Amino acid sequence: MTEISPAVALSGVNKWFGAHHVLRDVDLTVEKAEKIVICGPSGSGKSTLIRCVNGLEAHQQGTIHVDGIELTGAQASVDAVRREVGMVFQHFNLFAHLTVLENCTLAPIHVKRMGRAAAEDLAMGYLDRVRIPQLAAKFPGQLSGGQQQRVAIARALCMSPKVMLFDEPTSALDPEMVKEVLDTMAELARGGMTMLCVTHEMGFAREVADRVVFMDEGQVIEVAPPAEFFDRPRHARTKAFLSQIL
Amino acid sequence: MTRFVRADLVASRAPPAAIGGPLGWLRRNLFSSRGNTLTTLAILGLLAWALPIALRFLVLDAVWTGASGDACRPEVAGRPVGACWAFIADKINYLAYGSYPAAERWRPNLALALLALAAGWMLWLGAPRRDLGALFAFVAFPVSAYLLLAGAPSLGLPSVATGLWGGFLVTMVVATVGIVFSLPLGILLALGRRSRMPVVRVLSVGFIEFWRGVPLITVLFMANVMLPLFLPGDITVDRLLRPLVGIALFASAYMAEVVRGGLQTVPKGQEEAAAALGLSHAQSLRLVVLPQALKVALPGIVNTIIGLFKDTTLVSIVGISDFIRVLETSRADPRWSAATIPATAYAFAALVYFAVCFSMARNAGFIERRLAAGERR
Repeated sequence: MTEISPAVALSGVNKWFGAHHVLRDVDLTVEKAEKIVICGPSGSGKSTLIRCVNGLEAHQQGTIHVDGIELTGAQASVDAVRREVGMVFQHFNLFAHLTVLENCTLAPIHVKRMGRAAAEDLAMGYLDRVRIPQLAAKFPGQLSGGQQQRVAIARALCMSPKVMLFDEPTSALDPEMVKEVLDTMAELARGGMTMLCVTHEMGFAREVADRVVFMDEGQVIEVAPPAEFFDRPRHARTKAFLSQIL
Repeated sequence: MTRFVRADLVASRAPPAAIGGPLGWLRRNLFSSRGNTLTTLAILGLLAWALPIALRFLVLDAVWTGASGDACRPEVAGRPVGACWAFIADKINYLAYGSYPAAERWRPNLALALLALAAGWMLWLGAPRRDLGALFAFVAFPVSAYLLLAGAPSLGLPSVATGLWGGFLVTMVVATVGIVFSLPLGILLALGRRSRMPVVRVLSVGFIEFWRGVPLITVLFMANVMLPLFLPGDITVDRLLRPLVGIALFASAYMAEVVRGGLQTVPKGQEEAAAALGLSHAQSLRLVVLPQALKVALPGIVNTIIGLFKDTTLVSIVGISDFIRVLETSRADPRWSAATIPATAYAFAALVYFAVCFSMARNAGFIERRLAAGERR
């Protein structure tokens, strides 16, 4: 069963905030190792969509499966899904009272019950991979935005997720730091990680994504490989959106 | 339009030398403007007037030795008499322990040493096994201190009725019980007030608002006078325990609001990141939210603790022999009747309370700086 199940499968997903219909009949299947970039105007529901994938937001209709596990309202299913899914936030959300290393080892020690030494080895391995092992003893407040976001990526990787969610990972960064984060993400993509990225970085989408999803008003408007998406958009709204940002 | 292209980049230079030395400091800090100069002179004048008086009373004219009030009477001593420290020296055991049996006074001393150990373990940030330290401070220490003070005949410690406890001992007991119970209870109430469960939230808000809305002195009178009316005749609650419970509940309501203020400063993203990593709600609170919230709330927590320590003097009104009460009893002793005895007693009380509160404040300041050091940008 798990052999053939896609990494993430959303089917007929609907969500409301009060009376506001924020996700409308969303269907999306993400295969293993596939890289999806989700874009769209602000308020289009793209962040809400990926926050539904790890249960930070609850959907009200439809089904969400992650690696074959259905996300129901039950806490057990949410816990099971979160073991498979890592997430990187727009504002990093590093734990301000812990060092970089402690940020990375907290979940392995307390969720996976890993020994401290093993967790630290693991964390140093990932800090190496995002090229900031020398910052392990610093506190988040002492780091630049780009460095903080790379720590956030390492922190998520320490839980060995099968799927990574990125919620506008570069929109809170100064321009000169965007590249270091995108490079880290691209490297992760080359390593075969399944990724769902909400981003406005169209260069990244063109280079890394297997498919680009365009959302507006809570709906998926168009899904296409990047070359087709950027060069031959079909839907009028996609065309309008692309003409504004490119 | 002129065009500018920098030829040489400007290297970083040392800042110009500031006006140094003590004179420069004085001018910058005390005499920088006409208003500042006037304020400085006014304060210096006040000190010049008050300090000699205080010094003469507390030290120069003070009587240090003597066996009775005679030593502190000017007509007997043949000189002006200030503070009668001989009186304090004579009464010091009573002031410290009340009527606690002399042979058993090692027990309060040991309890105080355990208190120092608990406080040291909790407050010294580099201490090993601080999780064990918290367990000791909030579980092992209260139990063992109770057994030590009240006695446990099965362990070979004779019982000492709480009616015999007194003085600084009772003040420390009331303050420590207040702190040890109000802090955890306050944290629970603060979390309850933010709970998603309406019943928990309403109960927490109701509890907090009730205890904040009642004056402490009313609580103490209620505990002492009215509680026995509500209980069946054969159940009696210890006379010391009643105000203890009242003070702990009263302080927990204030503590809850201070902690809630701290909780509100922790961004929602912190909890979301913890949840996304798979931490349970309880783990997220314990490992991520509370450490940050309590750090922010620390000045307020210390403020509440210092207020609580001083509020313990109110128990003397409902007949508990706390430090103030034994001072009052002592100064009424006819053997020690002299003109400066009341002033001596109150000066001593002020010094003791100031010493305790000031050292708490300094300790807290030290911890705040230590906690902030790690995260300074």
